[in-house]
Formats: sequence, C-alpha cells, structure tokens
Amino acid sequence: MESKQIAELIKERFPTEVRKIKEFRGQVSITVGKERVKDIIRYLHDTPELYLDYLQDLCGVDYLEKKEVRFEVVYHLYSMRHRHMIRMKAEVPEGDCSIDSVTGIWAGANWHERECYDMYGITFKGHPDMRRILLPEDWEGYPLRKDYPLKADLGEMEWKGYREVMETAEKNKGYEVR
Amino acid sequence: MSGRELKTKELTLSLGPQHPATHGVLRLVLDLDGETVVKCTPHVGYLHRGTEKLAEHRTYMQVIPLTDRLDYISSMANNVGYCVAVERLFGIEPPERAKYIRTIMSEMTRISSHILWLGTHALDIGAMTVFLYSFREREWLLDLFEMTCGARLTVSYGRIGGVRNDVTQEFLDRLYKFTEEFPGRIEEYETLIDQNRIWLQRTKGIGILSAEEAINWGLTGPTLRGSGVPYDVRKYAPYDAYDKVEFEVPIGKNGDVYDRYRCRMEEMRQSNRIIKQCIEKMPKGPILTPDAPKFTLPPKDKVLADMESMIHQFVLITKGPMTAPEGEIYSAVEAPKGELGFYIISDGTGRPYRMRLRSPSFVHASVLPRLCEGSLIADVVANIGTIDIVLGECDR
Repeated sequence: MESKQIAELIKERFPTEVRKIKEFRGQVSITVGKERVKDIIRYLHDTPELYLDYLQDLCGVDYLEKKEVRFEVVYHLYSMRHRHMIRMKAEVPEGDCSIDSVTGIWAGANWHERECYDMYGITFKGHPDMRRILLPEDWEGYPLRKDYPLKADLGEMEWKGYREVMETAEKNKGYEVR
Repeated sequence: MSGRELKTKELTLSLGPQHPATHGVLRLVLDLDGETVVKCTPHVGYLHRGTEKLAEHRTYMQVIPLTDRLDYISSMANNVGYCVAVERLFGIEPPERAKYIRTIMSEMTRISSHILWLGTHALDIGAMTVFLYSFREREWLLDLFEMTCGARLTVSYGRIGGVRNDVTQEFLDRLYKFTEEFPGRIEEYETLIDQNRIWLQRTKGIGILSAEEAINWGLTGPTLRGSGVPYDVRKYAPYDAYDKVEFEVPIGKNGDVYDRYRCRMEEMRQSNRIIKQCIEKMPKGPILTPDAPKFTLPPKDKVLADMESMIHQFVLITKGPMTAPEGEIYSAVEAPKGELGFYIISDGTGRPYRMRLRSPSFVHASVLPRLCEGSLIADVVANIGTIDIVLGECDR
C-alpha cells in the first residue's frame, strides 16, 4: 500500500487526532496528537492489510521556537509482509512532557524510549524501566534539547564523575609510572 | 552434612565493562542462581560521544568523519549510509561509477567485518585457531582500503554525490585476485569449525529467537535472517548498484547461534560474488556528480587550478550547501551488522537540524536480556558474540 493511503486510513479512523499529513521525496509523515497514540499504533500494528510489524526507529525531536508544540516523538514503521512504511509523529508539549509507551507492542521500543528520555526528558507512561541509558544516572539536563549547549565551561557545575576522575589524576601527578 | 542445611543464595556478577568477551565496553550485570542466569541487565553508554548532537553543529560535509567512528570496523558502510541519506534529502544522484565503487567498498567492509566477527566469536567460544586464519584475509582487505584512501579503519571515503577519489586499475586487479581466492579461504574456516563437535554443542540450540520475536525486537541484518526472515535493505530498498547485481539473501531456520553463524558465512560468499560482478561491470566515467554543483565538492584538480572552484569548495566546507531543501528523510542501508538508518531533518540551512542514527548494535544489545535470561553463564558469551555488536555504534 502507498504510504499516502495509510495516512488517509489513519485520518479516516482517527479524524480528531490527525494534525497534518506531509509528503517529501516520497516519504509521508503524519502528525498526530499524543493522547491516543497507543491506539493508533495498535491499529496500525494489528490491522491485517497494514500490518506494520517492525518498528524501524523511534526518536525525539526538539523544535524549540520553531513550532508551537516543542517536542515530537517520531515513529518509523515498516511492514515486512507488505513492504510499506509510514512515519508517524506525535506532538508532545513542553508543559506535559510525557507520552504513552509502546513497549507493550514492540519489545524493541524499550531502549529507544529510554534513549529518548535520556536525551530529551520525555517520559514514557507504562514503560517498565524508565531510566537513563547512555548517560550516567546522576547526569543533569537533557543534551539533545536545543537549549543545551554543545560546549560550556561549567567549573563547579561539572558532572561529579568527571570531577572525581580529574581530582584523582591531579593527586597522582607526583607519582612516576614505571 | 547431617543436621546442617546448605544455604544457597543468588550471586550478582558484573561482566565487563573491561572484559574480552564483551567486544568493547559493554557491562552486563548478571544475577546468577548457580550456573543459570536469572536476570541480565546491560549497561551501555561508556563510549557515548554525542554524535547526534555534534552533527547538528556541523555542515553536511563535516559529518562524514563522525560516521567513521560509529561502527569503526566497517566505516565504509557508514560513510555510504550517510551519503545515501543526504543524497536522497537533496535529491541528487551519484554517477554510475561511484555507485559501483561504493557497492564494492560496502561489500569489502561486510567481508572484513564478518571475518573479524568470526575470529572473535570463535575465540570467545574456545576455537582459537580460526582467529589466526581470519585475520590473514582481513589484513588483505585493509591493505586494499589503505591503497585507495590512505586509511585502514577510519576511511572517510564517501562523499555526498560520489566518492573521494577514483580506484586504480591495480586496486581492481588485486581485489579481483582476492575474490578468486576468497571462496577457498571460507572453506578453510569451515573445515576448522563446521563439523567441530565442541563448536556445534556450543552453538546449536543456543539463543533461539523465533521470526516473530526477532521482528518484534527490531532486529535486522544476519541476526534477524538467522531466524528465517529474508529482510535485507539491499533487496527491499536498493541503493547504489545493488539493483544491478545478482545475489541471494541467505536465511536460517532455527534462529539459534549456529544458524546466525551459517548466515554470515553464506553472506561472505554472496558479498564476494557482488564484488566480482561489480569489477566486471564497472563503467568508466566521473566519480562525483557534476550536475549538482550546489551540493557537491568540485573536482580536486579544478580546485587547485581555478578560482571559481576554490571559492565554491571553501563555501561548501565552511557553510555547507546554501540551498538545502527543507524536509526530512529516513534512509537506511544494510551495514554489516544490520540496518543502519539515518533520519535527517533539514531546516533549509547548511547543517542538519536533527540527525538521528538508528544503529543496529543498539537494538541488538537490547535483546541480550531476552537471550541470556534462563541460559547458562557460559552461553552469555556465545550470545554476545552472535548478535555481533560494536559498542562505538551502540553508544554513538
């Protein structure tokens, strides 16, 4: 099925949820509200003629001052059986930074959602293990947000683990390594 | 022991991050009941370098060296993956010769990655000799990489709209000689382990994943195909010259460690076949697309001789393409480990607004608890080996 048709089907089924359908270079993205995202995905996954059984990717995007709703969670869905795909984006406002988890549908969503939380601070409701994944557990801030600087001299604000390593290095400076 | 009861308790064991069998810096916290793994918690991120954040602050051109350092043993495939994604975003097409060169390079990387995997995987499970043999051929391939672009691992050879430089006839001749000899070498590896009773016992029936389950976990590449799903990006969404060459996608049946091993061995044969066809069919012509001057670098000899081209190169390198289209694209290639996806959002400036990397190793590492829980601790090592992860790509 063409991606465009899939988008139309979603629109037919969930008319109040769909915000926008956009096509670029043959790839269709459909933007939806976050309230019923789990229902929509369940529908896409279970309907035999769609059967989007493979979650290619799940990630967050920060549209700081670019769009009205700041965050988006992007799902890339693919069907191994029918060989069609669609990109679905769920809008997540900054004030209520959470969305339903899809780990119940795809086991593979687990780490993607943890990474999304790690990098953007979007929490996933119903996730079995909502912890940071790539960064240390006591890290502050969400690095992929657009207002997080690429480079900064933090001094005392530097991450504790890094300060400890530097202090140890300073202490051991006098010793000669043989 | 009359009158006294033996007390048993669960033991927590931290495997890694410094452990030879974890292939990098992966840490697994294992809760053990005797020899059986009750719970497995992977910890990743030790190699996190913030590639996605860095990419947002670099021009499209400058991201290429960052992609080298993802899966650092198959950097050619990463380069190609990134370039294909950006080309699709810009709507440009590399010339035929460049496509063939890229296909050759991707397949060479696949062979060298699989050889490394075979050597280390066998070493982990106790078959030491294979390692020595497999590194012999890997060296051959790395020498060929060095011959083309001067680097053995972090090659940065791909360019948006083509490749950095043309391959020489000598390179093609030597590579052709390799393709003639390599099938014999695969047979050599197989003689060492294929019928080996220890190898069979350590791999057959271990780490079984059904087809549905493997898809549900989002596995790709040989790890998925071992379970019998013929999903291969090269066939499903061809890029470069893959639609012009003949090859088969080997699949397994039982979805265990042994089947995934068989898949990778067959894949090497197919890669060899692809390289051979590419050398035979390779057309002559330019290696960088000339009809998209706004996006691609001018040829080097022109840059050195002509003012206009030099200015053009300077602007492209420092500011990026001035007329990048606004839009977003998800593009995937079949890297040796699995599906390597790039999701690039462009806001019309010379830098990507967001570049998301869907790395196969990250997804594959997430399946470890499923594979290890309930199995013996000795099989944990076999399971880490069979999903073929590289932590540079997992942590990005």
